[in-house]
Amino acid sequence: MTPLVIAKSALLAVPLWLVTSTLLPIKASWLKHLLSIVIGFGVAVAATLVVPTGGMSYITTFILMAGIYAVLSLGLNVQWGYTGLFNIGIAAFFAIGAFTSALVTTNMPTGANASFTKQLMGLGMPFWVGLVAAGIVAGILAWLIGKPTLRLRDDYLAIATIGIAEMVRLVFQNERWLANGPQPLRGIPQPLQCLAGNGCDWLPGFVNDFFAPLTPRDYPYIYVAIVALVLFLLYRVLERAIRSPWGRALRAVREEEASAAMNGKDVAAFRMQSFVVGAVIMGIGGGLYAHYVVSIDYGHFDPLYGTFLIWVMLMLGGSGNNRGAILGAFVVWGIWSGTSFAVDALRPTLAAISPDLPSRGPYIRLLFISILLLFIVLYRPKGLLPEEKVVSLDRDLA
Amino acid sequence: MPLLTVESVVSGYGEMQVLNGVSLTVGQNEIVSIVGPNGAGKSTVMKLVFGLLKPWEGAVTFNGQTISGMAPEKLVKLGLSYVPQVDNVFPNLTVEENLDMGGYTRSGSLDEQKERVYELFPRLAERRRQRAGKMSGGERQMVAMGRALMLDPKLLMLDEPSAGLAPLLVDMIFEKVADINKAGVAVLMVEQNAKKSLALADRGYVLATGQNKVDGPGQKLLADPEVARLYLGG
Amino acid sequence: MHDKRVLQDDGTLHLRPGERARAILTSRAFMFVVLALLVLGFIIAAQAKGVSANSLLSLFVRGTLLGGTLALGAIGVTLVFAVLKMANFAHGDTMTFGAYIGLLIIMLLPKGPPLAPFSFGYEFLVALLIVVPLIGLFTFGLDQALFRPLRNRRAQPIMFAMASLGLAFGLRSLVYIFWGADFTFYYVGRARPAVELFAGVRVRPDQLFILGLAIVLIVGVYLLLERTKIGKAMRATADNPDLARVSGIDTNRVILWTWLIGGGLAAAGGMLYALDVQLRPEMGWWLLLPLFASVILGTLGNAYGALAGAFIIGIVWQVSSAFINPTYGHGIAFLVMVLVLLVRPQGLFGGRK
Repeated sequence: MTPLVIAKSALLAVPLWLVTSTLLPIKASWLKHLLSIVIGFGVAVAATLVVPTGGMSYITTFILMAGIYAVLSLGLNVQWGYTGLFNIGIAAFFAIGAFTSALVTTNMPTGANASFTKQLMGLGMPFWVGLVAAGIVAGILAWLIGKPTLRLRDDYLAIATIGIAEMVRLVFQNERWLANGPQPLRGIPQPLQCLAGNGCDWLPGFVNDFFAPLTPRDYPYIYVAIVALVLFLLYRVLERAIRSPWGRALRAVREEEASAAMNGKDVAAFRMQSFVVGAVIMGIGGGLYAHYVVSIDYGHFDPLYGTFLIWVMLMLGGSGNNRGAILGAFVVWGIWSGTSFAVDALRPTLAAISPDLPSRGPYIRLLFISILLLFIVLYRPKGLLPEEKVVSLDRDLA
Repeated sequence: MPLLTVESVVSGYGEMQVLNGVSLTVGQNEIVSIVGPNGAGKSTVMKLVFGLLKPWEGAVTFNGQTISGMAPEKLVKLGLSYVPQVDNVFPNLTVEENLDMGGYTRSGSLDEQKERVYELFPRLAERRRQRAGKMSGGERQMVAMGRALMLDPKLLMLDEPSAGLAPLLVDMIFEKVADINKAGVAVLMVEQNAKKSLALADRGYVLATGQNKVDGPGQKLLADPEVARLYLGG
Repeated sequence: MHDKRVLQDDGTLHLRPGERARAILTSRAFMFVVLALLVLGFIIAAQAKGVSANSLLSLFVRGTLLGGTLALGAIGVTLVFAVLKMANFAHGDTMTFGAYIGLLIIMLLPKGPPLAPFSFGYEFLVALLIVVPLIGLFTFGLDQALFRPLRNRRAQPIMFAMASLGLAFGLRSLVYIFWGADFTFYYVGRARPAVELFAGVRVRPDQLFILGLAIVLIVGVYLLLERTKIGKAMRATADNPDLARVSGIDTNRVILWTWLIGGGLAAAGGMLYALDVQLRPEMGWWLLLPLFASVILGTLGNAYGALAGAFIIGIVWQVSSAFINPTYGHGIAFLVMVLVLLVRPQGLFGGRK
């Protein structure tokens, strides 16, 4: 039980604690959290001791990426699950969030770099400012797009969102001055990177000492804790939100209840609010993504990774259910990653059929995921977790 | 042997039961009218006969053959024809094309049938290239009926043929129904306009709350003050 | 629908001033005027940028050619919408799939010389003849497997759209798996010289063939829809599906023919587009936006509208490349579509909202 193991476990304990505390049916908050922390830390330590380093690293990265996708999935759940907005342009908000956070947190390139990298701005702000900015800008984009398109019927809205995603992609591909397109925008700072290095000046000594055993290679452990915190925070906010009058109104709008209070104007307002909130969350997801991969370009946000995968996640997990959204993200990311192993294992067989085939592994996986979506639509459109029948917190049941 | 028999059918939409044991018959060459208050299930009976609804209990026979729940495509070939109350024409097709669609299941030329329809409805002959959707209510009803006649049906079912028409046109439509019947077609119609339809009918059925209430020769029902008071709004 | 007219003193009914302005703005004539002004604006902007009149004319012609290919896809989309009441997001990838199956056939056939003055040989024509009915049947098969169960359980329209989305990615993944991600051509390395048509406008003979064939196919569809029994049945089913059933029309045959035509035209469009430009697995998905823009512009469900819309979109797309970055081309299609949706969502040929 080395200090390294303890440090890693402490970080891994964060997502485990948060998940456990959500699932434990204990009323007393202090007890619930205490137990969760203990369980979380215990499991983390056990895992770190038993699983070889490489494997543990992979698992951490897996949880991290699935967590980022879970954020995106939550955003889609607000738009689709609660309000029935068919948004096939998730990639637009994902991309805008990522690039905004990048532009806000990087520094303008100087000296020799300036000739290679062109960007609109580089404010050098801290990570969390980047995230907030990502959310805000994505929200603004949603508001701008939403004004003309949200009153359209479902299929027209879908086309419009495809168009938006395409336009955003094209802009980031062609406009060099904006974000160095088509070249990648590099050097996106990673929050708390110092902890995995020589220690952060702004943190107290004992914290730096605690995490001293970590090397830069262990950074994903730190980031997974950050992602888990952001995800949990968003989850809690949304869970509160659906139990509020606002949340009920959203669902009423989706079911097109002819309530006396719902005249045409209010419906439009609610759809817009839902669209914007969902977009803000997707933007935050984009920000989280950018700070993890450190270098982004327009190609990261193609229709497959940026939109399609997330739809499969939500449909599988259960639209209209926040836990379903998160569950779906983990399951589908698991399937996506799992099929990667499967394809690798089948390499000899594939190579025997055709020498080109092994390199086309990702497309075999894409085929698999497409068929999965078709199965879901045909046989289990509600997904794994049914929509929550929530009781309003508010007594105001007009 | 009666042409059409409906025997104690029970049915409804989804979980909602609308028909609570309705029976009726239509003989060869008869005009039979179904009247009654709103929500009585009159239109539902018709949809059931035409296979748009399945009976939960009871049976429907046509020419001795059980047709309960049979699909419209087959019924049309057996000699049944149905004119719905609303959306009863193809609005973007011309009058002529509407008639063509009526005769769809028959191979070969439809000219003979079309001529007969044009004879019956001369107004349509003048407007045969006009889009059905652009025609007046009365003309549309003519197109709807014309379409239903294209396959020389043995039984023509009309769901509220006079609905939404001006009184003069109502008379015209009933006249045409009489003409059609004279040409050898049995007619079963559901009507809100009880007086005029019972006057035309050989026999009538009064339906209320999904059940048979009274039936008998049309004139007799018309003359009965009790029937008028209870079911026909005085 | 309450009357927006106000009773005037002289007993006549007039539209309130605001309503009158709105009526004009949403009218068909105005829409045409706006589009014409848009194209005019492009031309002026292009002139300002120093683009020659000849180039503009070339772009105009090129836009017409593109419009022809787009029309083949657009007609399919609008027919499926009319008869089956669903938005088919897999249509673009159907075009891609058809193009690649065509490639497969061409590769399998013994190579012949090009049919002068075109760049393709007999193999291309054979492939076309096979691919069109084959893909038509294939899309019908997919319909029976995917959409029919949804129809039977009366699923929400959005489920159809979602299924078509899954299908789109599935088809594309097949293309990726069997042919890889790189672009390719039907006749790699074969020269495709341009020929002067008139007034300095240069086109390739291939492109004239493409336009000609597109026109032939479109006329064929027109004849089918207007003159044949099944065509009328398709129009009837699109118009009033319940009455079509009640009249005894065999809905299944209508659906079969809808996919035969829709899928077949898509495959033809895909092959022709690929002949003109290149084969790429993403080509169909990229065309989805212009396709839907054409369909919406020409009024959803209206085959002739889709035709008109396709030519307009094609021309706007090409002419706009004179003064903006060509990669933004289908962004322009998108903007036109948004414009239409905002001002007159029922399209050029739709009735009152």
